Amino acid sequence: MLIDKYKDEISDILSRYPVKRSALIPLLYLAQRDQGYVTESAMQEIAHLLRLTPPQVYETITFYTMFNLKPTGKFHIQVCKSLMCALVGSDTVIEWIKTKLGIAPGESTVDGLFSLSTVECLAACGTGPMMQVNDDYYERLTEDKLDRILADLRSTGSSPLKSGPFMWPEPVSTKR
Amino acid sequence: MPKHELILLKNMMQPGYTGSLTDYEKTGGYQALGNTLGKIAPSDVTAMVRKSGLRGRGGAGFPTGVKWGFLPKDYQGPRYLCCNADESEPGTFKDRQLMERDPHQVLEGIVLACYAIGAETAYIYIRGEMVLGSKILEQAIGEARVAGYIGKNILGTGINADVWVHRGAGAYICGEETALLESLEGKRGLPRIKPPFPATHGLYNKPTVVNNVETLANLPHILNKGPEWFAAIGSPPKSTGTRVFCVSGHVKRPGNYEVPMGMTVRELVYEHAGGMRSDKPMKAFIPGGASAPFLTPAHLDVKLDFEHVAAAGSMLGSGGVTVMEEGTSMVWAALRLMEFFYHESCGKCSPCREGSSWLVQTLRRILAKRGRMEDLETLSDLCKNIAGRTVCAFGDAAVAPIQSTLKHWRQEYVDLINEAEAANLIMPGQVGVGR
Repeated sequence: MLIDKYKDEISDILSRYPVKRSALIPLLYLAQRDQGYVTESAMQEIAHLLRLTPPQVYETITFYTMFNLKPTGKFHIQVCKSLMCALVGSDTVIEWIKTKLGIAPGESTVDGLFSLSTVECLAACGTGPMMQVNDDYYERLTEDKLDRILADLRSTGSSPLKSGPFMWPEPVSTKR
Repeated sequence: MPKHELILLKNMMQPGYTGSLTDYEKTGGYQALGNTLGKIAPSDVTAMVRKSGLRGRGGAGFPTGVKWGFLPKDYQGPRYLCCNADESEPGTFKDRQLMERDPHQVLEGIVLACYAIGAETAYIYIRGEMVLGSKILEQAIGEARVAGYIGKNILGTGINADVWVHRGAGAYICGEETALLESLEGKRGLPRIKPPFPATHGLYNKPTVVNNVETLANLPHILNKGPEWFAAIGSPPKSTGTRVFCVSGHVKRPGNYEVPMGMTVRELVYEHAGGMRSDKPMKAFIPGGASAPFLTPAHLDVKLDFEHVAAAGSMLGSGGVTVMEEGTSMVWAALRLMEFFYHESCGKCSPCREGSSWLVQTLRRILAKRGRMEDLETLSDLCKNIAGRTVCAFGDAAVAPIQSTLKHWRQEYVDLINEAEAANLIMPGQVGVGR
């Protein structure tokens, strides 16, 4: 039960809104963080907590692309394919990842490590091509950079090549 | 460094500026708050913002002070401020930088706006993908709360303003103000029919103002330096101040450039963004994000302000300038944007839900060299039957890429269809190739 595990966090979330239902998306995020996806029992528990019906939770969750209703790989790679990234090579990035991981968008590797998705604009158009892996942005991608990121993720679970806080173009005086 | 004065990016351009509370205070941060709360009447703050000529930076360009003025004066219950940080318009990436690099500037603007409209609660609705931005804002809110700039009894004035970060979950439509409110209420982000407007029936049916991040970030500066100062910058009287333009596509130095409104596209692209990335000349550009119709190099001397861009047949929108070089297929470019709109249509209105699907299918067919000449008429017809026939402006936005590319580069469509007809690929009764 989420309420047993995250009692304080849940009451903190609920305290921010005068109407309980507003806590729905934050609580779904909590459930997703806990299991990697939102389970049916979590949906039922959240419905109960917010005094909603399960269909009210379900109709909301299915509207938003960031909630997973089934498990994904440990690293969820989402490559932007919108026009601005496409102009600077996102199709090449997608092909490169497909070749390297042997999976198509919508699929996961057999070891459960990587899932690949193509997504629409992630607000990084000036630093495309780009991708998001779990919570992190990786921008100005090249084949070489992609190889290093995938190797880093495999070996350490993180990569120093992730970007942010965002500043582009960088001020001339701080350029190295 | 640019020749003109920077307002919003000034702090972060300083070497070593981290965006922490201490750094922000050193640059004069939160002085506007101290000099305004309890010292200038809220109605006077609204009047100052109106006088400054500040217009919304999210896309629609509505005058901010006028918007605040629509809130009922005598309403006794709670009011809300929503900071629209759901930046999702392809071509736009300015709010992300403002939030990640100088969060307190945004927060100070939020508290000032709360004071002006009498709101004690503000929600920053940030797009779900911007996890780092939401963490930075949360941390900044914590710092500001401890320092007494946010929360109960701000700076001992008896004024309260709580600010909370609320993450969206990946839906472009939630940047539309009424869809944002629906989403914040825990529902699907479907736009509401207006009227009633959020000014009277907004979040939880209470008076509400929704303002973009960049709009709010301008407020401390207007309060510090006065509305006359702001109104003199840019392209007065209707497009005052600076604008953070996001330049992307085939340029040498893509990025965010804060320039006075009224600068020409030529100057922005060729002087600030370094010009075209290769020797190829420019073929097309979008002046204001994916919702804005495409323009051609013949429009390079159009001034980037609300009126001039509109007169050229496009819109300033969210300030996303995307540049395409010679050799880029305009049919392909239109399809890529159309795929975005098809994916993001919320589905509430049939013309947009169904029409965007048909537009994508028709464009894909033309690009696959299976088009027919009557497809051009179909595209135009579909566009006409989507634009203006939906609850929100999404429908108008969705057809902009097709209508404008058909207008300026019709021959490219014709050539692709001619190739198809020459190859005799069309079967009688053949319909779309599907998704």
